[in-house]
Amino acid sequence: MELISPTDLAKEKIQNVQDYVLFCGQAIANLFRKPLYFADMVRQADSIGVGSLPIVVLTGFFTGAVLAVQASNTLERFGSITLVGQLVSLSMVRELGPVLTSLMVAGRNSSGMASELGSMVVTEQIDAMRALGTDPMKKLVTPRVASTVFMLFFLTIISDLLGLTGGLVIAKVLLKLDARQYWFNAWQTLVFQDVFMGLIKPVLFGFIIATVGCFFGMNARGGTQGVGRATTQAVVVASVLILFMDLLITRFLMITLAIN
Amino acid sequence: MSAPTLPLDSTAPITQEKSGPAIVFEEVTLAFGENEVLRGVSFQLARGETKALFGVAGSGKSLILKLVMGLIRPDSGRILALGEDVTQMKEDDLFKLRGKIGMVFQESALFDSMTVRENVAYRLMEEHGIYDEDIDHRVREALRFVELEHTLDLDPAELSGGMRRRVAIARALITQPELLLYDSPTGGLDPVTSNTIVELIVKQRDVYHTSALMVTHRLQDAFTMATHQFNQQTNRMEPLPSGKHCDVPMSFLILRDGKVIFDGDLPELATTQDEYIKEYIS
Repeated sequence: MELISPTDLAKEKIQNVQDYVLFCGQAIANLFRKPLYFADMVRQADSIGVGSLPIVVLTGFFTGAVLAVQASNTLERFGSITLVGQLVSLSMVRELGPVLTSLMVAGRNSSGMASELGSMVVTEQIDAMRALGTDPMKKLVTPRVASTVFMLFFLTIISDLLGLTGGLVIAKVLLKLDARQYWFNAWQTLVFQDVFMGLIKPVLFGFIIATVGCFFGMNARGGTQGVGRATTQAVVVASVLILFMDLLITRFLMITLAIN
Repeated sequence: MSAPTLPLDSTAPITQEKSGPAIVFEEVTLAFGENEVLRGVSFQLARGETKALFGVAGSGKSLILKLVMGLIRPDSGRILALGEDVTQMKEDDLFKLRGKIGMVFQESALFDSMTVRENVAYRLMEEHGIYDEDIDHRVREALRFVELEHTLDLDPAELSGGMRRRVAIARALITQPELLLYDSPTGGLDPVTSNTIVELIVKQRDVYHTSALMVTHRLQDAFTMATHQFNQQTNRMEPLPSGKHCDVPMSFLILRDGKVIFDGDLPELATTQDEYIKEYIS
């Protein structure tokens, strides 16, 4: 294995970050330039949104359920078992709904985008597209970014609702709580800031999922091995970026929206 | 092969009437890291001329085609394609220029997610937005030209290697470009299928007189092209009588170590004294 000097490695990483930032800028700028591939956006929205629905539904439901199970154990010690709805609601809407949905969608779609675009690169389909007079950034990247951002927003809402439903099932079946009381607590505890925080995250995370997936796909090199590498890197980088940005945005919104 | 029909519009403009060379390379250099692939490459392709480009693997033949298309940029030197300096053009302007150039890629590069019909119609669909009757007519014509009209609704994965190559040719021809670039169009194909592809290229050359630059590893393909002509009456490729030259100019260009070591026609190639070339063509 060839050894790379730390300076060259640092330069390479900085170059990658710079390329990624330019890539993101171009993806956004293309939204305001013709042609806008609306049919491709709809196709991608179907593939990303509808295609991810089963995994998001299952993730949301079981996360809400397990949250209720775990919370009940602690809340029972303090005689506050009725607050389980409140806890599930806040945790799902503010944090777990957006983050887990994004991680699931990243696992499914960042890898899909990286492998699809990567395969197109190594089989010269991207070059062919350019040779046929089409900008691959406009045709392939921008529709994926726009569709992921749009669909992840709604997938997160579905995930939140399913999480609350999962919590309800546990509250009703295992904890023998009143369903109306559970919903009342869950609903009443939410304020605008919580919902805002929960819905601004998927917009950012959707952007990360699509741009990272497309970036690694469009920069895949070295045949099928390169495509495999790009796919793995896309999922890892997208997941880590989502978690890192979640920390930043949560802290930022807590300060700016004065959330306790 | 059976004689292909000639369905494309015979009133299409013949490009040789336009002035200036189709391609000009002036001292073009290109390196990847420390690997200098092209070292001061200069040559011209006249309008209406077909030039076969040879060289050992890794000599930069395919890169020359990509440089013409502006898909990659040279480190130095100047490249003119259809009179326009591709080394100075912005990507958006290059898209317009590429509309006048057709390219057949080494492995066909058909879009996997589209049917044969959509692949061939791709450029027209990009221009017009919807798949209408006129586009359908032209797609069928182009596929008839390569004798694959029956594959309209098949996916590229369902085609053989030779069929994929022919669909790629149909896709490149559909807009009747002024310049055609073939990247090893017969590479990896059996001799019979290769001959089919060569016949299609000769047909395109002799009927439309489109300027073409063809990268190939197979000397016999280029020699066949130089010694045969397409007969529109019999609808077949036929050998030229001994001593007679092809109506359309046909030349050869050989690369070695990133430099052009030969640029001339068949008689010049046959009488060359260069030991390397003699060994190469023997």
